Amino acid sequence: MIRTEELLLNVGPQHPSTHGVFRIVVKLDGEVITEATPVMGYLHRGTEKLAENLNFTQIIPYTDRMDYVSAMTNNYVLCHAVEKMMGLEIPERAEFMRLIVMEMQRVASHLVWWGTYLLDIGAISPFLYAFSDRERILGMFNELCGARLTYNYMRVGGVKWDAPEGWIEKVKTFVKDMHYRLDEYHNLVSGNEIFLSRIKGIGKYDAKTAIDYGLSGANLRCTGVQWDLRKAEPYSLYDRFEFDVPVGKNGDCFDRYELRMEEIVQSLRILEQALEQFPGDGETMGKVPRVIRPPAGEIYVRIESPRGEIGCHIVSKGKAEPYRLKFRRPSFVNLQILPKLLVGESMTNLVTILGGIDIVLGEVDC
Amino acid sequence: MSEENNREQGDAPVPDPKSEPVAEPQAELPAVEQPQAETPIANIPAAEQQQAEQPVAETPPPARRVETDEEKAARRKASLEAREAAKAAAAQAAGLAAQAGTEGRAVAKASGDSDGEGGGEEAPPREPSPNQPRLDRVAAILRELVSEDAVEEAYINEPNDHLPTLVVKNEFWLKSAELFRNHEELSCSYLRNVSGVDYETHMEVVYYPLNMDTRHCYCLKVRTSRDQPTVSSVTPIWETANWNEREIYDLLGIDFPGHPDLRRIMMPDDWVGHPLRKDYVPLDPEV
Amino acid sequence: MQHFWDQPLSWGNAGIFIASAVGILAVVIIFVTYAIYFERKFIGWMQFRKGPNRTGPLGLLQTVADVSKLLLKEDTIPKKADRGLFILAPALAFVPSFAVLAFIPYTLELQFADLNVGFLYYVALSGITTIAIVVAGWASNNKYSLLGGMRSAAQMISYEVPLVMSVVGVVMMSGSLNLREIVISQSGYFWHWNFIPQILGFGIFLIAAVSELNRTPFDLPEAESELVAGYHVEYSGFRFAFFMLTEYIYVYAIACLTTILFLGGWNSPIPQLDFVPGLLWFFLKFAVIVFSLFWIRATFPRLRVDQLMGMAWKVLLPLAILNIFLTAVGIEIMG
Repeated sequence: MIRTEELLLNVGPQHPSTHGVFRIVVKLDGEVITEATPVMGYLHRGTEKLAENLNFTQIIPYTDRMDYVSAMTNNYVLCHAVEKMMGLEIPERAEFMRLIVMEMQRVASHLVWWGTYLLDIGAISPFLYAFSDRERILGMFNELCGARLTYNYMRVGGVKWDAPEGWIEKVKTFVKDMHYRLDEYHNLVSGNEIFLSRIKGIGKYDAKTAIDYGLSGANLRCTGVQWDLRKAEPYSLYDRFEFDVPVGKNGDCFDRYELRMEEIVQSLRILEQALEQFPGDGETMGKVPRVIRPPAGEIYVRIESPRGEIGCHIVSKGKAEPYRLKFRRPSFVNLQILPKLLVGESMTNLVTILGGIDIVLGEVDC
Repeated sequence: MSEENNREQGDAPVPDPKSEPVAEPQAELPAVEQPQAETPIANIPAAEQQQAEQPVAETPPPARRVETDEEKAARRKASLEAREAAKAAAAQAAGLAAQAGTEGRAVAKASGDSDGEGGGEEAPPREPSPNQPRLDRVAAILRELVSEDAVEEAYINEPNDHLPTLVVKNEFWLKSAELFRNHEELSCSYLRNVSGVDYETHMEVVYYPLNMDTRHCYCLKVRTSRDQPTVSSVTPIWETANWNEREIYDLLGIDFPGHPDLRRIMMPDDWVGHPLRKDYVPLDPEV
Repeated sequence: MQHFWDQPLSWGNAGIFIASAVGILAVVIIFVTYAIYFERKFIGWMQFRKGPNRTGPLGLLQTVADVSKLLLKEDTIPKKADRGLFILAPALAFVPSFAVLAFIPYTLELQFADLNVGFLYYVALSGITTIAIVVAGWASNNKYSLLGGMRSAAQMISYEVPLVMSVVGVVMMSGSLNLREIVISQSGYFWHWNFIPQILGFGIFLIAAVSELNRTPFDLPEAESELVAGYHVEYSGFRFAFFMLTEYIYVYAIACLTTILFLGGWNSPIPQLDFVPGLLWFFLKFAVIVFSLFWIRATFPRLRVDQLMGMAWKVLLPLAILNIFLTAVGIEIMG
C-alpha cells in the first residue's frame, strides 16, 4: 500500500471560477475532495450596518451593490417592504415599469449565469453570446435610468424615471429576438454530449435536503418542489399574468441548467403580456411623504429574485432610518449546501457544482 | 489593550443617551397596532404627544454631548453636531413649540394618509385578523405541548400580511422549534429567514418558519439578555439556520449553544466586537 | 536535402545544416505568430467579435507585440520553487517539439531527414515534452501546477497509445513507417488517400491528436476554470513563452502529420488541379487541419478527467485495435 497524503488546496479568493472573492478550502485525496470549507466575507461591506444610519431612499443604491447581477429585484424588495409598512399605493404604470424591469433583469441575470457557467465548463463562445444579449438589456436600462449595473431605479412609492419615447417598443423587439436567440443557444449547447456528460447527475440532492437547507429559486425547484414566490405568494402584478413554474425531477446540475433556461422563456412570456397591458399613461410616482418614515413596527417581505427568495426584514421605530435592516440573501442561503455536495467529488466537479448553485458574491457577503 | 480601553470608553457613554427613548418603544411593543387601528384623527394627538415627549427625552443629551465632545471632539461628525444643536435649540426655545406642533401634524398627516387606505376600513370595530384563529391555535399548541408559559406574547403583525407573531420564552425555544418542525399541524419544514435585532434593552432573534404545503408562515421571536445573549441553536432542526446563526453570532454576538461550528463568518476571525450591536464602537472612528 | 547525409561532414555542410535549421525555425516562428493571430481572429469572428485589430494593419502585429512583451518581462522564479528544474522545464519542453519537425516531408524533395521510423521518432520525442510538463508542474511548488502536471502526464501518456495504434492501419497499408513512403503509397487523387479506407483510424487519430495537444476539449492540464492555468501557473515572461511556443509547434507538427498520414501529403485532390504545386496542396491541407482545431476550441466545452481517461482506454483503444483487425482483414481479402 502506498502511503498518500492529503492535499490542502485553497480555491480562491482569487480563482477564475469562484465568481468573485470566495474561498473554499478543500482537502484533496488525489483529485477527490474529502472535505470542503467555504470561507467568505471578503466582500463584506456592512450594508446592514451602514443602512442603520441612512434613510430609506439612501439605502436603495446599497441594495444595487448586493446582488449586482440583479440589482432591480434588490431595489424592489426594499421599496416593497417600506411601501407595505407605510401602506402606500403604487400607481399602476409604476408597478408595470417595475415588473418589466425586474423580468428583464431576470433574463439578463440568467444570461450571465448561462455564459459564465459554460465558461466554467470550458466552453468560451457561449459567454460572449450571452453577454451580447445581456448588453442589449443593459443598454435599455441605461436609457431608462442612466446606469448599466447599479441602477438605483426604484423609489419608495414608484420608480424614478418613466420609460423614454419608444422604449417599450424596443423591449418588445428584444423579447421577440430573444426567443430566436434562445433556440440558437439550445442548438449550440444544450445537446452537446460533452456538456451533458459534465452536468448530468452531478451535484444531486433531493427535495427534503433542499428544503432543510432552505434553498430557493432554481436550486429548490430542480428537486421537483413547485415553489416560485411569484406564484406561491404573488406580489406586484404577477397574479395578472399567465406563466408556468418549471420544475425539475432529479435535482442535479442538468435540471438546474434546464430550469434556468426555461425561466428565461417564462420571463419573456410575462414580459410579452406586461408590454401588451402596459398602461398608456399615468403617474410613475405615488403620493409619498417628503421624508419616508415607516411607522414603528416590523416587517418581512420576500420576492423571487433570479437566485431565489430575497427577503427584507425591517425593524422600524418610526424614524427615517431603519432601526435594523436585514436582507435574506438567496445566494448566502443557497451556498450552505455546497460543502455537503462537494464531498467525494473531483476538482472538476467543484466548479460544475459551484457554478450550478449560481451565487453572486456581493450578495453572499452583503 | 488600547482597543479594550477604547471599547470600555465607548461602551459607557453611547447607550446612555439612547436608553431613555428605548424604554418607550418597548412599552409600546404590544400596542404596536393600536395607533393604526385608531382613526387618523386620534392619531394626531398621539403623534403630537410623541413629539412633545421627544424634547423632554432629548434635553439630557445636549448636556452630555458637551462632555463627550470634550473627550473626543474628533469623533463627532459635523453634520451630527449641527443636527443635534438644531434639535436642542428647537427644544429649548419655547417660541418654537408651535412650529414643532405643525411639524408633528405634517408627519401625522402622512401616516394618517397611509392608514386611511389600509387601516381605515376596519377602523371602527377593529375586525379580528383572518389569521387570528391560526395564531390562537399555535399559541395553544405551544402552551399545551411545550409549557404553559412558553409563549410570552402573541399578536398579529398586520402590515406584514397579518403574520402571526409569537414571542417564545428563551428556555423553551429549542422544544418549540422542534414542535414547529415536527408537529403535524404546523410542520414548518422551511426556515425562510433568521435575523437578529439588538433592541438595546434586550436582543432578539427572529425566525420565519414556513409550511410550504399550506403556505402558512409564522414569525417567532426569542428574546435574550444583552450581557450574555444566548439562544439555543436550531441548526440540528433546520440545517439552513447554520450560516444564519453564524452571521448573527458574528454581527450581534449572540451565542448559539448546540451550533456545530460557531465561528465568525463575515468579519475576520480576529475582529474585536460585534458590529451590528448598538453599542459597537468602530475600531477607526474616522471610517 | 537527403544527399547531405551521405556526404562526410565538412564546414560547408555544417553551415548548410545550421542555416536550414535556422530557416525552419524562422518558418515555425512565423507560423506560430500567425497561428495565434488567426486563432484569435477566427474565434473572434465566431463569437461576433472583431479579434485583435489595433496593433499594426488589421492587428497583424498583435502577436509580435505580445511576444516582445513576454520576452522583455521580468523573469520571476518563485522563491520556494525547485530552481534548477524550474529553469530546465521550458527548454526540455521546447527542444523535442522543434526536433520532431526534422523528419516532415513537405514535398517529395523537401525534407530534412528521411527516417525509416519517422512516425515512431515523433512519438518518442513528443514523449519527452510530457516529462517536461510534469517537471514544470512539480518544480513550481504550486498545488495547482502539480495537479495540472499530473493530469497532463496521465492524459498524454494515455492518449499516446490510441494515437500510435490508430496509425498502425496506415502503416500496414503502405508497408512502411517512413513518412515519405506513406505519402508515395497514397499517390493519386483523393480517393486514393488513406482517410477513406482508414476512416476509423483517421477519427481516432484526430481525437487523440487534439488530446495530445492539450487543446479544448481536452485542455485539462491547463483547465483555466479549475486549475487556474495548470502546470504553467508560476511561469511568466519568456519561460511562459517557451511553453506557448512548444504548444503551437506541436499544432504545426500534428497538422503536418495528419496531412501526411491521411490526406495524401502533397498530392492534389483531383486530376484537374494537378498544375497547382504540391507544396501549396500540402499547405492548404495543413491549414484546414489547423483551422478545425481553432473551430473545435470555439465550440466545445471541456471533458472531465475521469471521462477523459475512460474515453482513451475504453473507447479509443478498443476502436484502434478493431481498426487494425479490420485493416488486416481488408488487406487479406483485397490482396
